[in-house]
Amino acid sequence: MSISQVIDLTLSAICITLVSIMNAIDIKGLIKTYKNGVKALNGINLEVKEGDFFALLGSNGAGKTTIISILTSIVTKTSGEVKVFGYDLDNETNLVKQSIGVVPQEFNISIFEKVQDIVINQAGYYGMPLKEATKQTEFILKKLDLWEKRDQISKNLSGGMKRRLMIARALVHNPRLLILDEPTAGVDVELRYGMWQYLNELNAQGTTILLTTHYLEEVEQLCKNAAIIKQGEIIKNDSVKNLVNSLDSETYIVNIEKMTTPLKLIDGFTVTNIGDDKLEIDIKKGQYMNSLVKQLDANGIQVINIQPKENRLEKLFLNILSK
Amino acid sequence: MSPSKLFTTYKTIVRKEMIRIFRIWSQTLLPPVITQSLYFLIFGGFVGSRISGDFNGQKYIEFIVPGLVMMAVITASFSNVVGSFFGSKFQRNIEEILVSPTPNWIIIAGFITGGIVRGLLVGFIVFLVGYVFTGVTILHPLITLIFVFLTAVVFSLGGLINAIFATKFDDISIFPTFVLTPLTYLGGVFYSINQLPPAWQSISKINPIVYMIDGFRYGFSGRSDLNVGYSFVMLMLFTIGFWYIAWYLLKKGIGLKS
Repeated sequence: MSISQVIDLTLSAICITLVSIMNAIDIKGLIKTYKNGVKALNGINLEVKEGDFFALLGSNGAGKTTIISILTSIVTKTSGEVKVFGYDLDNETNLVKQSIGVVPQEFNISIFEKVQDIVINQAGYYGMPLKEATKQTEFILKKLDLWEKRDQISKNLSGGMKRRLMIARALVHNPRLLILDEPTAGVDVELRYGMWQYLNELNAQGTTILLTTHYLEEVEQLCKNAAIIKQGEIIKNDSVKNLVNSLDSETYIVNIEKMTTPLKLIDGFTVTNIGDDKLEIDIKKGQYMNSLVKQLDANGIQVINIQPKENRLEKLFLNILSK
Repeated sequence: MSPSKLFTTYKTIVRKEMIRIFRIWSQTLLPPVITQSLYFLIFGGFVGSRISGDFNGQKYIEFIVPGLVMMAVITASFSNVVGSFFGSKFQRNIEEILVSPTPNWIIIAGFITGGIVRGLLVGFIVFLVGYVFTGVTILHPLITLIFVFLTAVVFSLGGLINAIFATKFDDISIFPTFVLTPLTYLGGVFYSINQLPPAWQSISKINPIVYMIDGFRYGFSGRSDLNVGYSFVMLMLFTIGFWYIAWYLLKKGIGLKS
């Protein structure tokens, strides 16, 4: 094989790779005005790549649920263009619906139906034959630790179980895009970590995930990219890493051995004494933790541990929203 | 969606409806049987035995059997769909179907199948009760079946339309109480419209239930107040009209989407 052939093949491979990374969600100029006059979305533009784990952040009423509801055909858009995996929401609605699984914010399961029936029926609505639906339901309920509850009516499940049931229902038809509207609200810590692990697994297998949450720690743990929405407009859209790095300063709580001498000035750092054994220190972008620890040591202060005062993304989120 | 997938979605809705009907059989199948048995006993037995005269060549108790069966069918098919669909709307699990690629006509077909099955089941049980009381027989089974089936379709569609518009539980009881019940009672269940003064006869002909009961009664006895062919056409028109309204409402998302 000649060098030119190798180059050609390499270029072809690159092109194929680039083309294959299509947008899972492509929204252009999306506007939604409700009948009561409330303008929920004011010309949203949003792209989510296939395979992404994407977070949509914003305060209550910012427009997150409206975007999700439009994507899932529960709310009709006023204007704009919405595409899911290249399928147009207006003209290829069924293909869009077939691609999406959704876990809504509020419980919307029939309280009188059995757990197993809820999931089997959902598969049926997507045209999955009963035999296949039953098999798939067993797999997914076992995966989400609900198999033992399969014959119980959903009314008798705990909040966390209901939440997992809704995830099972959303996944039963193997959607390419999973939309989660605050999926871990009301879920205890242990279950939340279990759920995170499962969502990561799904994402690793190729499922694109769009998530809204109030737990910004969740975004840091799970998501690759995020958009912040305020009053129906996207005001920031970047990778989670870049968003966190864009912070000008971070505040840490330094737990120390009890101080015996008054605290001297520590060069370059803003230090507040918040107790005999606690310091609050602001570390600006470009400053190093090493320098801080060295100076504290030089002052005869023994550091026990250092922890962030607040979630970094939370700080960023509040900073952006307050602008 | 391929035809086999469409059929699967239809079967799914119907299966869900059947589970519901038989799970709460004491609410869905039993009450109309008790109510209609009381009608047979009071209007047919106690009061009816004192009513003299010829009712299309039949005794009064025999005359009211088709009307009472039809009354049970109308109520059962309407209340099944309105209850089931509004229940799903109220709990918001109707979204399970709305987010799926299930076409609107399958949603309509699935839900009204539930209403038709319940209506026909209740109608059959009430007919058996009537048979015990009167020994009534059916002269034209096919005509009887066509009229009872189409009536169940029309009122299942009516229940669906009511449920689509309803926003609270009061809304699903207003129509049956203030519209459906009066129309049914004035639809010739207990009397022949030929016995009414001419002006009331004309007014009665505005009531669609008159055609349903009259055609159904023709199936039983071979006698009717109105032309059976005309009644059939009216029933077909109501079926097509109600289907179109239900489909249009679902297409536009009225009462379901923001």
